[in-house]
Amino acid sequence: MGNQMTNRSTTGITRIGLAAAWFLMLVVMTAGNPANAELLIRITEGADSAIPVAVVPFSESGQIPSGDKVSNIVRDDLTMSGEFKPLPPEKMLSLPSKGDEVYFRDWRLLGQRYVLVGQLTRTGDKIEARYELFDVNREERILGATASSSVNSTRSLAHHISDKVYEAITGVPGAFSTKLAYVTLQRSGGEPMYRLQVSDVDGKRARVRLESDEPILSPAWSPDGKRLAYVSFETGKPAIYIHELSSGNRTRVADFRGLNSAPAWSPDGRSLLLTLSKDGNAEVYKMDIQSRSLKRLTNHWSIDTEPTWDHTGKGFFFTSDRSGGPQIYHKSSEDAEPRRITFGSRYNARPRPDDDGKYVYYVHQRDQAFHIARTNLQTEEETILTRTGSDESPSVSPNGRMLIYATKQSGDSVLTVIAADGGAAYSLPASEGDVREPAWSPIVK
Amino acid sequence: MNVSAHHKLFAMVMSLGLIAGCSSTGETTEDGAYGSDVSAVDQEGGSTVYGGDDDGGVSSSEMSEEQRREAEARAARAEEAAMREITTFYFDFDTSEIKADARDVLVAHARFLQANPGQNVRIEGHADERGTKEYNLALGERRANAIERFLIVNGASRGQTETISYGEEKPAVMGSSESAWAQNRRVELVFQ
Repeated sequence: MGNQMTNRSTTGITRIGLAAAWFLMLVVMTAGNPANAELLIRITEGADSAIPVAVVPFSESGQIPSGDKVSNIVRDDLTMSGEFKPLPPEKMLSLPSKGDEVYFRDWRLLGQRYVLVGQLTRTGDKIEARYELFDVNREERILGATASSSVNSTRSLAHHISDKVYEAITGVPGAFSTKLAYVTLQRSGGEPMYRLQVSDVDGKRARVRLESDEPILSPAWSPDGKRLAYVSFETGKPAIYIHELSSGNRTRVADFRGLNSAPAWSPDGRSLLLTLSKDGNAEVYKMDIQSRSLKRLTNHWSIDTEPTWDHTGKGFFFTSDRSGGPQIYHKSSEDAEPRRITFGSRYNARPRPDDDGKYVYYVHQRDQAFHIARTNLQTEEETILTRTGSDESPSVSPNGRMLIYATKQSGDSVLTVIAADGGAAYSLPASEGDVREPAWSPIVK
Repeated sequence: MNVSAHHKLFAMVMSLGLIAGCSSTGETTEDGAYGSDVSAVDQEGGSTVYGGDDDGGVSSSEMSEEQRREAEARAARAEEAAMREITTFYFDFDTSEIKADARDVLVAHARFLQANPGQNVRIEGHADERGTKEYNLALGERRANAIERFLIVNGASRGQTETISYGEEKPAVMGSSESAWAQNRRVELVFQ
């Protein structure tokens, strides 16, 4: 069994090697006030096999705020997904903004599969976008819609359009309007400063939500995207907090003797899985958030931690070293016997399943290096997805198409996004210090 | 008995010196913040302190039996005090097994706690940066628990001890070398 897994994993690496000539985007956090830290995207290499799409600059009427153009943001979003290769505007032969101005022959000549055109109109404090997406080969409009936002939220408007375009072409909802939560760590003069931050998925509009000179760990999104649960050592020992983002209100929900760690929300948002050691050693518990009542879900002298619900919301995955080293286990219900999932190497930890129950992603050690790997839960095939070597904290995008994780780049921890099958990648390094523990928010309707 | 205890202490100091020495044979360029590797370990709990009353072990034929016993006791106390200068204990990757050379020192700490019931100790568990943060939190706790159990078995009482794990969050040494990892997989005793 173990050998079989090893062979399969090797195949996985080869596959990634073939997909290696994709593209790389670098995102740099600008220095200065960290509370206003921005991440700048630099595209250093283009994708060859991605779908060519032309996002024509939108026409503008009325006073449209200067700054990043909506069409530029849409282009960057589509590039970031790794599945599209937007045409640079300077190569366009015409700049239509309405459907009847689109000449399919021009776009065919440029090798484009899709064309997006649009108009922005300001009315009072609102900006409205009318946009249309065309399939060049079929000479057909496949999407026509309007959307509006306040004058100050054109980034949200742009991400919304990206989501719709992505869905119209791939059939899968886009995840560009979602958020990232992560923790940054800066050491100035030896004094650490941890900051829990929330940004757009492209790293823009980052805002600090919590600052502490003691560790902050394991941010986890509530299913409604309105709250974060996390571990903070701010009182000198680890405790679990629930933080409502709109108000900034925080509640300390677990502060038992010993470990209080690894919170994970249930799909209905009513309970948390967490790791406590109040009864002797690290075990997984379920806490009803309203009543704070606890139910113990594991019982073993070994370490049981890093729980996460599976897609059914009935069973859960967790890490246990009951076999001698950390491995991924699954319980199909709260009271079922745990079943071991990973066999491919001596160290497999921190499971994160996708939303449809097909794959579980985790940290996998091989030849002294730590990678992100996934196991297909139907076939049990294991694939190593990353080629970097100090990889941690995988988090799957809510549409299952992308994966963000933390890795090392010249000594610092950075975030990297890859296609969930191991393809294209871009990274988000901080200019100083570490960025770690990314958590991808759910899609909020 | 004195002599053999002295030997033990010497051997122990030497072996801790070896741990410190390890880092100078590895790739230690990342550890530049520290002037020398010995001081890096030293800062974390003084593993290379040779203190103690060296003259205490001297006996003389002119001494009375009582004097001789007192001198011996004083020497033993000095030795234990010297051992108690060591407050950091190291572990292998993904284990919480107390190393053999740490046992005498831990016994000295346990006896000291037993003799001083008002004294409390905070037992801080740590892991190196490899592996996942949450698993490392649990691993750091398991290391702290192992040390706590050892102290209690050897005379400390439960009310005197408190454990906390920082996982990989508070490395003693920055960097991603074998020597940095070895110095970060540790439990520290903080007397309060």
